[in-house]
Amino acid sequence: MISWIHPGAILILGSILIPVLPGKAKKGYLLLLPALAFLSVLLTHEGTYWTYHFLGQAIVFGRADRLAIVFAYVFSVAAFASMLYGLHVKEDGHHIAAFVYAGSAMGVAFAGDFITLIIFWEFMAFSSVFLILYRKTAKAYAAAYRYILVHIFGGICLMGGAFLQYSQTHSMAFNHVEAGGLAFALILIGFMLNAAVPPLGAWLPDAYPEATVSGVVFMSAFTTKSAVYVLIRGFAGTEILLWLGVIMAVYGIVYAIIENDIRRLLSYHIISQVGYMVAAVGIGTEMAINGATAHAFNNILYKGLLFMGAGSILHVTGKTRLDELGGLYKTMPRTFILYMIAGFSISGVPLFSGFVGKSMILSAAGEEHLSYVWLILTLVSTGTFLSTTLKLPYLAFMAKDRGIKAADPPGNMTAAMGIVAFLCIFIGIYPKYLYDMLPYATHYAPYTLEHVVWSGQILLFTWLGYYIYINKLKGHPGLNLDTDWFYRKGAGVFMAVDREVVAPADSAVGEAYRKVVLRLGSWLSGLSFRFDVGIVDGFLHGLVRFGVWFSSLFSRRSLSFDKGVIDGVVNGVADFTVSLAAVTRRFQTGLVHDYAFGILVGLLVLINVFFLIS
Amino acid sequence: MRFGGVFEDPKKMKVLTRLVYAAMVVFIAIDFVMPRHHEEFFWDRIPGFSSAFGLASCVVLIVVSKTIGKFLLEKKEDYYDD
Repeated sequence: MISWIHPGAILILGSILIPVLPGKAKKGYLLLLPALAFLSVLLTHEGTYWTYHFLGQAIVFGRADRLAIVFAYVFSVAAFASMLYGLHVKEDGHHIAAFVYAGSAMGVAFAGDFITLIIFWEFMAFSSVFLILYRKTAKAYAAAYRYILVHIFGGICLMGGAFLQYSQTHSMAFNHVEAGGLAFALILIGFMLNAAVPPLGAWLPDAYPEATVSGVVFMSAFTTKSAVYVLIRGFAGTEILLWLGVIMAVYGIVYAIIENDIRRLLSYHIISQVGYMVAAVGIGTEMAINGATAHAFNNILYKGLLFMGAGSILHVTGKTRLDELGGLYKTMPRTFILYMIAGFSISGVPLFSGFVGKSMILSAAGEEHLSYVWLILTLVSTGTFLSTTLKLPYLAFMAKDRGIKAADPPGNMTAAMGIVAFLCIFIGIYPKYLYDMLPYATHYAPYTLEHVVWSGQILLFTWLGYYIYINKLKGHPGLNLDTDWFYRKGAGVFMAVDREVVAPADSAVGEAYRKVVLRLGSWLSGLSFRFDVGIVDGFLHGLVRFGVWFSSLFSRRSLSFDKGVIDGVVNGVADFTVSLAAVTRRFQTGLVHDYAFGILVGLLVLINVFFLIS
Repeated sequence: MRFGGVFEDPKKMKVLTRLVYAAMVVFIAIDFVMPRHHEEFFWDRIPGFSSAFGLASCVVLIVVSKTIGKFLLEKKEDYYDD
């Protein structure tokens, strides 16, 4: 009997079949996979599964303890809801990337050693980038390129740190990081980059707003929250995280308040919310870890729902800028209500999920008498209500009616939003459901009179502040500088060197590349095309003709099998390959600095391997 | 599902706004009389503190963010395009 099936394996391996399935069966299958993954998480008992030995190291795919299970649980829920939301997407590659990404996040959650962790960590980066590329705009291609470069850098830091730790402790096991010095710092940097801790976090608001409508719903769930998970696992009680988390919470909210693009506003707001969790990891008490976990769990749901709402606006109207939106509540009433449920949840309105989760972090800060932390985090929570629940919906759904032609989005999108909205309210009125899953047993009681009265006053008077300054927060076009300036614009000196030295060399190499590699490539592709037409097609036609002849001997039913299934498989695989190639060829830029970066990364990998061996 | 322009009807909006003001008064009134069990910080004993702190936080955030944005962060949309 099989004791355990890795839920991530269900998604990753199961996604292989997506291109060969026809129409309706494919849609059913797309929902079946995350449902099975969810079931497999439900059936997971605490224990260690799927342990292998490789180069004298234990490779643990299934370290299932309470912390891992609760994260895998919410990851599988998010995978299901996000897939339902994006069910209408035509490209198979988009679905496969989404499942590999979601499955890898679960792989991270169950990873018991650094090798497994790093493998899934890289899988997450390289699959999620497709969710940006499939937007198929010039801006998206550029943002995707920056996104993957930044994540490769983070992955290399993590790998270097893990191997350095191995040289100190002779263990690749992934537990609380005891190693000191550089190993500690590198692993922490790798994790913090994915958690979008400033100044390493500019990739998030750079890339997420350029992703596809449903892609960003996946992305908001997995990358930052799996980073919070590994921070809890490896760095609970690290004091610097407390202060970085507080800075992060303020940093994200300042941008969210001035941002004009609705999806970029929500992206900055992720940074602010993850700041709460990072600060809680820094506090490190049982209450704080429970708070970080509960907040991550809830955040995956309501932040996903906010992005679903914003995505619906983009899907229906094609607009994301607040200065172009307004008056949508009349034409998109369902979207408006569901968005507001997420907004009330994230703001911590009583009877919604944020109220029962986020408050644990404040209580943990209170228990430790961290008065400044408590005050700043409370200040930030007013900013959450202000930016995501007052400013954004007021300007997008109410305010000036711009007469935009709109309607509620297709049924699958509304249904996905409905499921998540239900969970937000359900957790708000029955918090025991969430508390029973948390890593430490808790009797936390959120619904005390003091707590409700305290929250009610904060929220009501935040509204008053907004009401007074309502005209100061209108949307206007423009962009806001962030630390990505350093790699997007660079210093003037760097640009001069680039113009005088690198650019001529670049164009020379580019010319040589065009002359030699591309010509060789086109010759080879011509050859392979001939092979394809002459031999492969011939073989396939022969096979099909044989099939037709064979079926005519028996019945007409097998002819339809041939048409429906065999052709479906062949065409499906071919279409998928073509669409994948259209996307991947973007990485073949022919520019010398791109390749130089690849070489640099390769060198760093080699140095890492050297560390491992020596 | 239709709202029928409830947010554009000045009469209905007036009622809504008054309800919010009434809620503010009620919450502060309860804050003066309710028994307190958790007093982690000195301000937990001050009735109405969270009202004042909520309003002050909101105003400070708006003013500071808009100022930083105006003088430091905001650029034209095509800033990165050249």
